[in-house]
Amino acid sequence: MSGITLTNRKKVLEKKKLSFSESLYLPAIFGGMLITLKHFFMKKATISYPDVKRPFSKVYRGKHVLKRDDQGRENCTACGLCAVSCPAEAITIVADERKKGEEHLYREEKYASVYEINMLRCIFCGLCEEACPKDAIYLTEDLTPANFTRQDFIYGKDKLVQPLNESCHPKTNQPYIKDGKPYEYKNPVYTK
Amino acid sequence: MKVTIDGHTIEVEPGTTILQAARMIGGDVVPPAMCYYSKLKDSGGKCRTCIVEVSKGSEKDPRPMPKLVASCRTTVMDGMEVKNFTSERVLEARRGVVEFLLINHPLDCPVCDQAGECHLQDLAYEHGSAKTRYEEERRKYDMVDIGDKIKLHMTRCILCYRCVFTADQITDKRVHGVLHRGDSAEIGTYIEKAIENDFSGNVIDVCPVGALTDKTFRFKSRVWFVKPMLASRSCDKCCGKVVLWTSGKDVHRVTARKDQFGEVEEFICNTCRFDKKHLNDWTIEGPAPIEKQSVISANKYKQGLKVTAPQKIEYGNRPLLG
Repeated sequence: MSGITLTNRKKVLEKKKLSFSESLYLPAIFGGMLITLKHFFMKKATISYPDVKRPFSKVYRGKHVLKRDDQGRENCTACGLCAVSCPAEAITIVADERKKGEEHLYREEKYASVYEINMLRCIFCGLCEEACPKDAIYLTEDLTPANFTRQDFIYGKDKLVQPLNESCHPKTNQPYIKDGKPYEYKNPVYTK
Repeated sequence: MKVTIDGHTIEVEPGTTILQAARMIGGDVVPPAMCYYSKLKDSGGKCRTCIVEVSKGSEKDPRPMPKLVASCRTTVMDGMEVKNFTSERVLEARRGVVEFLLINHPLDCPVCDQAGECHLQDLAYEHGSAKTRYEEERRKYDMVDIGDKIKLHMTRCILCYRCVFTADQITDKRVHGVLHRGDSAEIGTYIEKAIENDFSGNVIDVCPVGALTDKTFRFKSRVWFVKPMLASRSCDKCCGKVVLWTSGKDVHRVTARKDQFGEVEEFICNTCRFDKKHLNDWTIEGPAPIEKQSVISANKYKQGLKVTAPQKIEYGNRPLLG
């Protein structure tokens, strides 16, 4: 070996002979145990997840929800702005025309008969939420759970549309307020 | 005759209107037009979006015109100087015109099939204000089926009369027109008579808003999800040169080709427009040029893409024809 070194921080280890107390190892063992014992009484870094959940940030973007308005009608009108703004091209929409007698189900004359989000493609950027002119899509604090097949990650309207008995805003979870008091939510009657 | 528009000077024939002269110069000086249509005689003078300021009447009489004039109806004079986008007065007045046009417009763009290729949308985006001051109830009409292929949404109509002129001049018999007067004026067909003519479908193309829309395309897709392709076929009624709006192997709708001012290049017949909705009916010439800023070009291709009539066109790894 010549005298060329890559760095000047190199240290040469010297193997010293241990003193008597060091060769007993006991002080080092107790020192280590003390550190372990200290950690028993420290605040835990982990939580027991399904029972305890961490609070989400207010701007957290999780699973999407298709909102209904205060009369239980779907807000989405299948304008396609979410799909065109989606950088991951995760959204597929098929529009349909509202028929007579469906006015209590859909707010506009056009509605999305198919609304699918591929959760494997989605990057949860929230651009769909921003593009929506009808206040219809929101990213909530829910997570999209793991699954076994790819097909199960394509969320259709059955998983996305806000359930009918919910009477609060999907994002803020605040109840709808009308005339200063919580709005009494009426379930629309479905007729087939 | 010499005319100067926004500092650009051009020689034109006598009898040319200011709008035509501006279109000859092209580029940024062209005033927007909602009712004027160069292919239709007598069109123009109704919407007032093309108003300009004449700051110098002519060489002989250099006084400025006191009021803003409609450029589609005012012919040029020798030595005339016109201010369009350089005039603060014009921009202010145009903002007012857009506000008036939007007073009764329902603003249902998320539902409307015209959204994305709507001239009123472009106009409002470029010249209008972002908010409405109108609080009264907008006029309402029921939807009307004009024939089995055309849908009329009278609520969206801005009464430009283009479709009336089209029916008058392109087809041999006009059965629809403007009924009533003033605020209650509406396009109608007198007892909802169907327009049955080989060229009646062109009223869809000339309509600057979504008032007359293709029923066969109704709610099928959005214009920014379909790819416009230039295509042609030999047709004994018309030129057969069209734009196919495709996605994959499906032809969603057929329209006439439009020039840079959004006007139809050549009118097409109803057979081409409504009945030939299969790729095998057409010879594909290549992708239609789209403005780069347009939402139609989103996720697709850029302007100026030149393609020489290929036998097989592919997008990515999905063959379109084969």
